Amino acid sequence: MSGLALQGVAKRYATGTLAVQGVELTVVEGDFVALLGPSGCGKSTLLRLIAGLDAPTAGRIEPSPEARRDIGFVFQEPTLMPWATALGNVTLPLILAGVPKPEARARAMAALESVGLTDQHGAYPRTLSGGMRMRVSIARALVTRPRLLLMDEPFAALDEITRFRLNNDLLALWERERFTVVFVTHSVFESVYLARRVLVMASRPGRIAADLPIDAPQPRDEAFRTSAGYAAQCRAVSESLHLAMAA
Amino acid sequence: MSGLTLPEPERDARRVLGLTSMTWMRLLAPGLLGLLFLAGWEALVEMRGIPPYVLPGPVEIARTLVRDWSSLSVSLLVTLQITAAALAVAAGLGLLLAVVFAQSRMIELSLFPYAVILQVTPIVAIAPLIIIWVDDVWASLLICAWIVAFFPVLSNTTLGLNATDRNLEDLFRLYRASRWQLLWRLRLPTALPYFLAGLRISGGLALIGAIVAEFVAGTGGNASGLAFRILEAGYQLQIPRMFAALVLVSGTGIAIFLALTLLSHLLLRRWHESAVDRRR
Repeated sequence: MSGLALQGVAKRYATGTLAVQGVELTVVEGDFVALLGPSGCGKSTLLRLIAGLDAPTAGRIEPSPEARRDIGFVFQEPTLMPWATALGNVTLPLILAGVPKPEARARAMAALESVGLTDQHGAYPRTLSGGMRMRVSIARALVTRPRLLLMDEPFAALDEITRFRLNNDLLALWERERFTVVFVTHSVFESVYLARRVLVMASRPGRIAADLPIDAPQPRDEAFRTSAGYAAQCRAVSESLHLAMAA
Repeated sequence: MSGLTLPEPERDARRVLGLTSMTWMRLLAPGLLGLLFLAGWEALVEMRGIPPYVLPGPVEIARTLVRDWSSLSVSLLVTLQITAAALAVAAGLGLLLAVVFAQSRMIELSLFPYAVILQVTPIVAIAPLIIIWVDDVWASLLICAWIVAFFPVLSNTTLGLNATDRNLEDLFRLYRASRWQLLWRLRLPTALPYFLAGLRISGGLALIGAIVAEFVAGTGGNASGLAFRILEAGYQLQIPRMFAALVLVSGTGIAIFLALTLLSHLLLRRWHESAVDRRR
């Protein structure tokens, strides 16, 4: 099972701050879920708990993050090793898993191709644009063929044009591979455009305040972005977010 | 005047003999100044008739350098050997100890203060002790030079090993990297620029350490380095020879610095901001 179930999950930091509390969440396999909320509402914390980078202080996460090895993670920053080429960066997860070099190389090239960076495989991160770096980061997350892709505001630092293009590329990859996605964002428009389900979070302590399914044609494309249905759902999600923030 | 300055691409692009005008300026300006200084020095010595045992002119020093090359080159080799060996040991042990520190906070906390004590104690003050305790002169000189050269590598590399990107560390954790993989693929590459910066400082210090120790040891016979030549020439009032040895010491220092700068450039030029050409 590559879905995800959280029961009564809470995280209190050593400083005493209660980051999230009482989080109940079930994500079916192959779904695309957005976690939407203002800064500091604990959405990144929740993502780190799901990834197993932090341990919850209460509650259960199924399947246990420690047991699974099929998670891909994309950080807000591209988080690339500056001393390695694009190819070297994408190869890393396979090398760490002990995959032989020639095979790792071939699989990394395929992952780079899937994000349209075949020609840049020998380039060092500092010579790539912000959008290209993020593509490398996504290729690295996908190279292990994860069944669960966790993304922490991956496009927040990019310009709008690049962000739209990467939104579409991500949707195309998801249509093809159908991995489960949990996508953290603070953009209402991005959450509605990408996700099949938007979870609105409230803060102090972080919790899920609303669970809104998104109704959209499959596959989505730029036409959806300008449709009346998109606008109406953005308004609904936005209202729900305001309610959650006021609560 | 408007505040707008138009870029001048031609200025950067113009090259003479493969070097940009900026590079030529960087070579010519100090070179010219040096020549002027030497010419002024020579003229002063000539016109005032200053005797060579007080202040020899550059021409006299150059002549001595050529005439005494056979004995001076042997001393140069001795000093070079001690410096290189001390630098190699300092780099190796500094790196090793920094890695040990990075693996265990307890060891770092226990040992680091002693590394500092070793660093702040003037080498001139402890060199006599080391020379008494260690039978072999060559080994005692090596230890003195090493003590001086060791600290910059250790402290810089320790800093570098702890400067890893937190997100990258999380990424390595997510993929269940072993301690060894974390060290080899993340912490050591992160520390490389720091290590090289430390090495550049240590290069000059190793030479100073070797010279100071030679001064204290005052070795005679075969194992005598450049410092002994300076002492010897001083006693015998062979001032031109003293200057010739001094020229070799400075030249060695400059050569070490340039060699380590080149090494640093070669290792970092592809990826580190300190080494890449900003005028793309």
